[in-house]
Amino acid sequence: MIKMLDFLSVCMIPLLIFCIVGSGVVNKRPVFEDFTEGATNGLKIIVEIAPTIIGLIVAVGVLRTSGALDLLSQWMKPLADLFSIPAELLPLSIVKMFSASGANGLLFDIFKEYGTDSVIGFSASVLLSCTETLFYTVSVYFMSVGIGKTRWTIPVGIVIAIFSLFLSVWVAGNNIR
Amino acid sequence: MLNYLWAFMILIGIIVAAFEGNLDAVCEGLIASSKEAVELLFVMAGVVCMWNGMLYIANNSGLIDSLTKKMKPLLRIIFPNLPLEHKAASYICANFIANIMGLGWACTPTGIQAMKELKQLEIERGNNPQIASNEMCTFLLLNISSLQLIPINMIAYRSQYGSVAPIAVVGPALLATCCTTILAFLICKIMCRVSNHKTVGRGKIE
Repeated sequence: MIKMLDFLSVCMIPLLIFCIVGSGVVNKRPVFEDFTEGATNGLKIIVEIAPTIIGLIVAVGVLRTSGALDLLSQWMKPLADLFSIPAELLPLSIVKMFSASGANGLLFDIFKEYGTDSVIGFSASVLLSCTETLFYTVSVYFMSVGIGKTRWTIPVGIVIAIFSLFLSVWVAGNNIR
Repeated sequence: MLNYLWAFMILIGIIVAAFEGNLDAVCEGLIASSKEAVELLFVMAGVVCMWNGMLYIANNSGLIDSLTKKMKPLLRIIFPNLPLEHKAASYICANFIANIMGLGWACTPTGIQAMKELKQLEIERGNNPQIASNEMCTFLLLNISSLQLIPINMIAYRSQYGSVAPIAVVGPALLATCCTTILAFLICKIMCRVSNHKTVGRGKIE
């Protein structure tokens, strides 16, 4: 099982690239020209999303270094206790909404302190696997295209994040015990 | 919404830092994170260009069109009002496939192209293109709820930190991902129906 998954994860991307380039060649396309055209457009995309990403990462940096996130998870600890959610998972799920690398940092702390196969470690693994970074996705996708009114996207995204927190605790609890 | 949120993050951060005595840390954090952002963009640039190049090859060779045809029934359920011959549909398909395979940054170029086409669609429909359409919200939330089948990164992190069973996360993660995706889909369906009249009206007034 481990070997199969390893094999799959190693060969998936090369296989995909092979299929894409292969289909181009089979259909007699100027593949390299198509590629460079796409890459040029990729550079444009990077330029378009650059201001959004810088702004977002700076805001996350301010929030993280100010200690506001620690304070928030301290305040919410009674709430977490009420629903019997491990207190360590709260900051993780909050940070996960803003930045994937920040969440990974917290995840490694949890792994070091409790072990990967503890209930907390396992819930954290599931939690980070089942949702994407909410504010990164919203701001990059919407801002770079110039959409100001996001309507119900963010509230629904937060509901999903809360749901995934409960779900990962439940899944990990039932899997190990 | 995003404007308020961004301002809120910065203002709250500075107020809290002032009370906690972390203002010097915030100063350093500001510089460090803007540097970090540019470094991230440099790394990202290569990967995004590579995948966008591949996307163009796949698009021009007709690979994406044939996949879109196969995914039509699914698209019709998720986006009932999306004209399937529109370019947006094929980019959405490419994005879903990249997401399912867990290609990470390959999702960003496909997602942005899909958003651009969805915005174009709004202009064609005569709606205000600055307001997110139902399709855009649904598409984004399905992206957020994660479609990835195998969490490759998580398996790597777990074995790196000495897990006895790094693969054990695959089944539960798949279950959790399916649940969040189904929830996202259902909420989107409800929200599309509930908020429909209002947005059409608002779009015309502005």
